[in-house]
Amino acid sequence: MELVMSVAIGLLFMAAVYLMLSKSLIRIIIGTGLLSHGAHLLLLTMGGLGGTAPPVVADGVTVGDYADPLPQALILTAIVISFAVTSFFLVLAYRAYQELGTDNMELLRGTEDYE
Amino acid sequence: MSNLALFPIVIPLIFAAVLMLFPKNLKMQRAVAIAGVSATLISALVLFSKVSTDGIQAVTLGSWPAPFGISMVSDMLSVLLVLSSTLVTLFVLFYSIPTIGVKRERSFYYPAVLFLMTGVNGAFTTGDIFNLFVFIEVLLMASYALIVHGGEKPQLRESIKYLLVNIISSALFVSAVAYLYSVTGTLNMADLAVKIPEIEAVGILTVIAVLFLVVFGFKAAIFPLYFWLPGSYFAPPMAILALFGALLTKVGVYAIMRTYTLFFTMNIGFTHELLAIIAILTILAGCIGALAYFDVKKIIIYNIIIAVGVILFGVSQLNEAGVEGSIFYLVHDMLIKAALFLLVGILTVIFGTSDLRKMGGLIKSYPLFGWTFLIAAFGLAGIPPLSGFPGKLLIVQGGFEGTHFWGSLVILATSLLVLLSVVRIFIYAFWGEPAKIVTIDRKHYLSMFVPTAILVALTVVLGAGAELFMPFISDAGEVLLNPSLYIDAVLKE
Repeated sequence: MELVMSVAIGLLFMAAVYLMLSKSLIRIIIGTGLLSHGAHLLLLTMGGLGGTAPPVVADGVTVGDYADPLPQALILTAIVISFAVTSFFLVLAYRAYQELGTDNMELLRGTEDYE
Repeated sequence: MSNLALFPIVIPLIFAAVLMLFPKNLKMQRAVAIAGVSATLISALVLFSKVSTDGIQAVTLGSWPAPFGISMVSDMLSVLLVLSSTLVTLFVLFYSIPTIGVKRERSFYYPAVLFLMTGVNGAFTTGDIFNLFVFIEVLLMASYALIVHGGEKPQLRESIKYLLVNIISSALFVSAVAYLYSVTGTLNMADLAVKIPEIEAVGILTVIAVLFLVVFGFKAAIFPLYFWLPGSYFAPPMAILALFGALLTKVGVYAIMRTYTLFFTMNIGFTHELLAIIAILTILAGCIGALAYFDVKKIIIYNIIIAVGVILFGVSQLNEAGVEGSIFYLVHDMLIKAALFLLVGILTVIFGTSDLRKMGGLIKSYPLFGWTFLIAAFGLAGIPPLSGFPGKLLIVQGGFEGTHFWGSLVILATSLLVLLSVVRIFIYAFWGEPAKIVTIDRKHYLSMFVPTAILVALTVVLGAGAELFMPFISDAGEVLLNPSLYIDAVLKE
């Protein structure tokens, strides 16, 4: 299972890098979304995917059976943060498109008022 | 166990939330924001006196025992940084009242500043790697709001890049945390300091340490990763720029300082050697930038990068002189960078441009301002008895005592370049033929100049009275060099 997850994470990172290298702003934003998904899955996988019982003390469950609750808590936090940042980025991109009239990163280099 | 360590984080948070209720009432906005920062400053002072008498203060949230709950740890280093960042914010706040503009003030400028403070103070205080990530996100979120605040075209353009760089570095941060957790099984810094020396797989830990260096290096703007900083910091107005320059990169520097002294010490021969080389390259790259531009903002922005290199070089030496020098220089740099940004802010207001070649002859009309600027410039370069000197002296001494005497030589040589870069501003702007200036009325000028001058005066006190502050600095250095003090304070709670 870990192997499958690792391949999936690798694919996500690959797609993210590909999208972020493009010139269109909206592709870049989708790329950042994929990048944080990859990072979150990595966090889950690195915590270990084993564990059959929820992490609550109960009869007949030994320590080895518990799923590790910490990565799940971490991912929850990280997902909320990346959700907020992505929505901010989308709003910023829309506003920038309105003001600057382009979403092409080539045209957003911006040193024109400056030598 | 006392909750005192949490106050500098919680107070600005509460005040920021309150401020969001009445955005249009300007007088109240200003008064409540200043009250909030002052309250934070008082709580930081109380915490400071508590730490200096009773030692490290550790709080674990929810009373979970230490490695399981989230620890907040206030040692001397973190409380010194909390204190100086709060102080800087207070002065920047006074400066922003006349300069930032009513339009910005009405649209949640002050809450954003206070949220930024929450994040910065939290990042300095936390004792948990993942919690550090969360606080860095808090301060980044506030900084996104501030950098784009006002919505001018260059701001929108530059904040896209700033946002993108930080999203990538945050994703890397999460990945680095994941690797660290899978190898050590803990994220509490004190617990990491216990567990890491017991792990034999030094190779993978070294990789993780370098990954963290990359993550924090993005925030701190170290050598190859500083590319985003000059462009992004150029866009926002001066008060926001002063906040960013004084506080944001310092969080990255602090994080490197903490992790590279507390627990990533398993392979010093590689990681700290790398840190020393990168620090020197950072200084050189910053010097090239500082000398290349004719724009006052750019010159000071590149000086941020130089200072980051100097501080990290001291940390990489891992000896008493180097680490104490770094701490002193870090505190000095927060104050002096804020002061310099505010000073060049006044310059750009007076001349109506930030281009040095269009300035000149200001010493006749604003003599006091000129001399204040010169003092700040000398302070930045580290001319005794001003505040840059003791820190730099100790860092250079640390380099000579360690194995990197060549690094110390570079720092000494580049001090002259730093001096040249800022004195160039002085020569162009204050000497020579008087250039066209914008007439500003006396009251407006004084409301900008007074907070700035007080900040400069504070750096002079810090430099001339360095002997007074040294006991606290060596306290902070002692904790960094003896991780067992930190571990005992957190885990024996």
